[in-house]
Amino acid sequence: MGLTSQSSGLSLLKEKFNLTKKAEEQIIIALAGNPNTGKSTLFNYLTGLNQHTGNWPGKTVSNAQGSFKYKDKEYLLVDLPGTYSILANSQEEEVARDFICFGNPKITIVIADATCLERNLNLTLQIMELADNVILCLNLIDEAARKGIKIDISKLEEELKIPVIPMVARDGTGVDMLKETIDEMIEEKLQPKPLKIIYNDKIESLVSEIIENLPEFVRENYNARWIALRLIDGDNSILESIQEFLMKDVHMEAEV
Amino acid sequence: METYNNVSIKFNQLKHENILLNQLPVGKTARIKEILNSGITRRRFLDLGIIPNSTISVERLSPSGNPIAFNIRGSIIALRKEEAQNIIVKPL
Repeated sequence: MGLTSQSSGLSLLKEKFNLTKKAEEQIIIALAGNPNTGKSTLFNYLTGLNQHTGNWPGKTVSNAQGSFKYKDKEYLLVDLPGTYSILANSQEEEVARDFICFGNPKITIVIADATCLERNLNLTLQIMELADNVILCLNLIDEAARKGIKIDISKLEEELKIPVIPMVARDGTGVDMLKETIDEMIEEKLQPKPLKIIYNDKIESLVSEIIENLPEFVRENYNARWIALRLIDGDNSILESIQEFLMKDVHMEAEV
Repeated sequence: METYNNVSIKFNQLKHENILLNQLPVGKTARIKEILNSGITRRRFLDLGIIPNSTISVERLSPSGNPIAFNIRGSIIALRKEEAQNIIVKPL
């Protein structure tokens, strides 16, 4: 059997996430955030007319993807549904979670509303627990300033240990800085080690125990700590997703 | 969903005692004191920004009185009565 699109994982992307890469070199970036934080505004700003919408396979949730170029790289930006969480309480959250976990985006951008940062940081922390390459964009920073909210960007970066970019997506303020940050991350000039929440001893020892019992290919390819935490949560939907996405992977490896 | 029939709190606006969120009248604001749920449901409330010590107000009722629209941190969130009665609040 030769090298087909099957073996390169492209068909998995198509089948599971309805994603179409124009070329193998396209770098996949996910765009996450609470509802009404200006996610679509940023998405439109970055991708312009190079976008198309569809549905997530088997879900009644729409899926938008678009491409853009920066420096010498081609990017495929995936607009995830707006959610408050990625703990799969709804179809939207399940889609967002599955994509960040199993779709292997190179970078996940979280867009937050600077005027109510606290709730937005909840989603940010959840995503940081799942992925390392995370960039936080603080949108509506002008609105926040008008409301007398002053955000200490460098302190926030220091605390979260990820890049934080002040932004007004409406007029493109901060978008260049975002593109530059993306480029630096892909070039590995920037390698964030996001703040990881350490739980109490009881939970941490359970986590270690579960990780030891996870199959080797899960540990190698996915964030085992995160999966262990979800299992402790008693989240059955993660088991279903593991079945759905990983078994597919295993079959593919077998075929190749 | 657990129910807390054993928790019966009299609504006494004059004394500003703790009440259940579903007893809060339209237009009133309260401070969240406690979430009685545990597990995934509790997590869900926390994700929505329903956190002890934050304020929540009743925006409006649906025609049948269920669900109820709450304003929490600038977002309008609808909760069913069964959900709201697991949140203890103190009217402000």
